[in-house]
Amino acid sequence: MDYSQFLYMPQELGLLVVFLLVFLFDTFGPKRSQSSLPVLTAVLFGIFTVCNGFMLMRGTAFSGMFENTAATYVMKVILNIGVLIVLIQSIKWANSEDMAIRRGEFYELLLLTVFGMYLMISARHFLLFVIGLETASLPLAALVAFHKKRYESHEAAAKYMFTAIFSSAVFLMGLSFVYGLFGSLYFSDIAYQVMNNTSAVLVVALAFVIAGIGFKLSLVPFHLWTADVYQGAPTPVTSYLSVISKGAAAFAFMVVLVQVFGAAYSKIWEWMLYAIIVLTITLGNLFAIRQRNIKRFLAFSSISQAGYIMLGVIGGNEMGLASLMFYVLVYIFSNLAAFGVAFAIEQQSGKVSIDDYNGLYKTNPWLSFTMMLAMFSLAGIPPFAGFFSKFFIFAGALECGETSIYILVLIALINTIISLYYYLLVVKAMFISPDECGIERFRSSCGERVALIVCTFGIILTGIVSCIYTFLVEAAQDGTTMFGLLN
Amino acid sequence: MFGCGVYGFITRRNMIAILISLELMLNAVDINFAVFNRFLFPGQMEGMFFSLFAIGLAAAETALAIAIVINVYRAVRNVDIRQLTKMKF
Repeated sequence: MDYSQFLYMPQELGLLVVFLLVFLFDTFGPKRSQSSLPVLTAVLFGIFTVCNGFMLMRGTAFSGMFENTAATYVMKVILNIGVLIVLIQSIKWANSEDMAIRRGEFYELLLLTVFGMYLMISARHFLLFVIGLETASLPLAALVAFHKKRYESHEAAAKYMFTAIFSSAVFLMGLSFVYGLFGSLYFSDIAYQVMNNTSAVLVVALAFVIAGIGFKLSLVPFHLWTADVYQGAPTPVTSYLSVISKGAAAFAFMVVLVQVFGAAYSKIWEWMLYAIIVLTITLGNLFAIRQRNIKRFLAFSSISQAGYIMLGVIGGNEMGLASLMFYVLVYIFSNLAAFGVAFAIEQQSGKVSIDDYNGLYKTNPWLSFTMMLAMFSLAGIPPFAGFFSKFFIFAGALECGETSIYILVLIALINTIISLYYYLLVVKAMFISPDECGIERFRSSCGERVALIVCTFGIILTGIVSCIYTFLVEAAQDGTTMFGLLN
Repeated sequence: MFGCGVYGFITRRNMIAILISLELMLNAVDINFAVFNRFLFPGQMEGMFFSLFAIGLAAAETALAIAIVINVYRAVRNVDIRQLTKMKF
């Protein structure tokens, strides 16, 4: 075996090194200095993220099972930024009393899931893809159950676990049909055979595959676990689930649909995805209106955001890919800001209801300002990044120029207006509603503040600094042959 | 077998029974891969290997799920899925 091909996966190796260092420190490090583990992890991961910026290696390894292109590389860097923010956010939480004995596990499991996502993004063979998918989702179930003393955490973990196993069984079933049809699991082999295949089995297989990944992305009608899990899980895990794992799954979904089943686009999966997008955006929005718990509210808002992300897939062109990546980046910043504020308040006062936010502006002006920016960005109000990401994703979908897609974008636009209503409800609670019991004035911890400042700058700058988007477009066009088969 | 698993997943009320139904579904996948390999593509081994990996994944999934079920049991002294309704809509 030629070991030099491992050099084609520098990011995975780098992550492995970080993981091993954290693991060794957790196991063999002196007992007294264990409380510096969160900071250490964040610093190591930060160094790794920065180094990542210079580690682009294009190429394939393991006889085509693994591939790094500019697009996968950029996607991994985007995920890295998100993970880094989550790590910084959770420093204080990880150092709290009842976390003391399981601090190490939290970080190890978290880094493992990132590793799984890397594999999932770069996989060019379904075996590697499945392993990546499972590595990314199984440790998360353990993380969801991390609040050992809170009952909700267990309930959420049970719900997450059962739906995760169910969805992966469905996904594997779809794969077995694909294998039966084509006799190979390499993406490239399948892609060429899909072209001259019109059997009904392919439709069944594709429906299973879409359902399987749809669960991970929490697209309607596979979304029922989302709100419960988000509410029950510890907040850092929730923010991780809603942002990082969703972003990775979205990218992998695009690769699978476009690169593998691209030739069946108009015949089979365009209308499936069409229906899913309409349902996801609309139902996510409508259910978000009636939520009173901030975490459930953000869960439904993230369901409808996933619908917008899927608009980038259905367009099926380079611009769609670029705007998908851009959307995920902006979504990371805005959603992590929202979760960061919710987390800081929950840590301090234990309050999670939107009504508790009444009069927040009087006591904590900076937190409510950040929350307002996040809400405006999620809703897509012009000067903030959310507007640009929505704009690009609509433009990318419209580029293919079919009438049905125009109608789809119109539906999405109407839904943006609906979403404005409930995002502004939160802003109204903070700035306008009178203060009844109110949340005390408090100083959030250093880590939380750093993370929120990074998110705020991200929200404001990613939209305005247009070279980021240009860079993403170049990355999407670089060496991508994945759209060639679309028809 | 897959259908049985799905039916069991939807109708069973005991968490362990649900887990068994899930195992049924995963085993159906394994058999599917092995059979397709044996009868449609006898010249290669890809399906067999995939089943092996799928068995490993299924074992990991079950182990984790059992751990979570035990946690839930400690919390509510019951493995009935109908008890898990604290969080709704």
